[in-house]
Amino acid sequence: MDLISEHKLAEMAPIEKVKFIIGEVKKGKILVLEKGLSPSEEASLIEMTMTMIDPDGFSGIEMESYPAENSSSIFEKIFKKKRPRTRLTLIGPANHLKTLRKDKNLISALVSSSNNQ
Amino acid sequence: MSVFRKLKKNFSGMFKKLFNKKNARIGIYGPPNAGKTTLANRILRDWTGDAMGSVSSMAHETRSARRREGVTIKSNNHSISLDIIDTPGLATKIDFHEFMKEGLGEAESKRRAKEATEGVIEAVKWLDNLDGIILVMDACEDPFTQVNVTVIGNMEARSLPLLIVANKVDLPEASPTTIRNAFPQHPMVSISALEGKNIDTLYEEIAKRFG
Repeated sequence: MDLISEHKLAEMAPIEKVKFIIGEVKKGKILVLEKGLSPSEEASLIEMTMTMIDPDGFSGIEMESYPAENSSSIFEKIFKKKRPRTRLTLIGPANHLKTLRKDKNLISALVSSSNNQ
Repeated sequence: MSVFRKLKKNFSGMFKKLFNKKNARIGIYGPPNAGKTTLANRILRDWTGDAMGSVSSMAHETRSARRREGVTIKSNNHSISLDIIDTPGLATKIDFHEFMKEGLGEAESKRRAKEATEGVIEAVKWLDNLDGIILVMDACEDPFTQVNVTVIGNMEARSLPLLIVANKVDLPEASPTTIRNAFPQHPMVSISALEGKNIDTLYEEIAKRFG
């Protein structure tokens, strides 16, 4: 399991982040992202995951993040652009990571070393 | 781009907005089996006499987006014309073994899984081309799924209207309150798309939110 700092991801462009995450998860790693991904990055990650699914191997990812918190500055209110404050996110291969329970402030997950197929 | 071309483009956009207003494009989103196509069918039957597509208890029955243009919904003093897009169920994983458990053969299961992945990609791409979303959740299931969190996050980031539908309230184990408590910042309507329960309240809310 790798704990990825906010700083490490902040240095990457959105597409680099998504490629990095998919690459690590395909190797079997479980990632804990300190600051998570933006909603559009999450959508890109889902999209790229779908292109990688292989019936005889990779079946996708398990991803769990807390709902983002919106910060609305005056500037953001004027231009109607919200910048969500992303939160801790857990990502891993679907056959090794299973979410047991999740609510606003708790993610409970089971990590296994064998395939759960 | 030259200044002149930029100005021309801006004026052209303003003109279109003022005099050639298009219907609002509303996507019906949600996880697989939440009842998206059942709801799309209900809306179309009520307002056009037609249907959107087939439904099934098997996940990923809808594997490509379906669009119906110019659906006019009238409710109280509001009338709104919408383009409705019924999207495939969003998921972060698709395992063909799940289809085999439902009784499909291996080859058919793999084909269905492949189509389902393409459907998810299409649904994600539509997120960039919508004016609002109806997010359908199964009121019998945990609402804190990643799909729900991602869709809501994307709509909030774009400041686009979102209406949550707590579906399947005809079932005894349904708990729409759990959904309301999970996402209190967004309007929610409890319905049974299958039985039509509370559907008029949904139409009122659609007209109000997307009008």
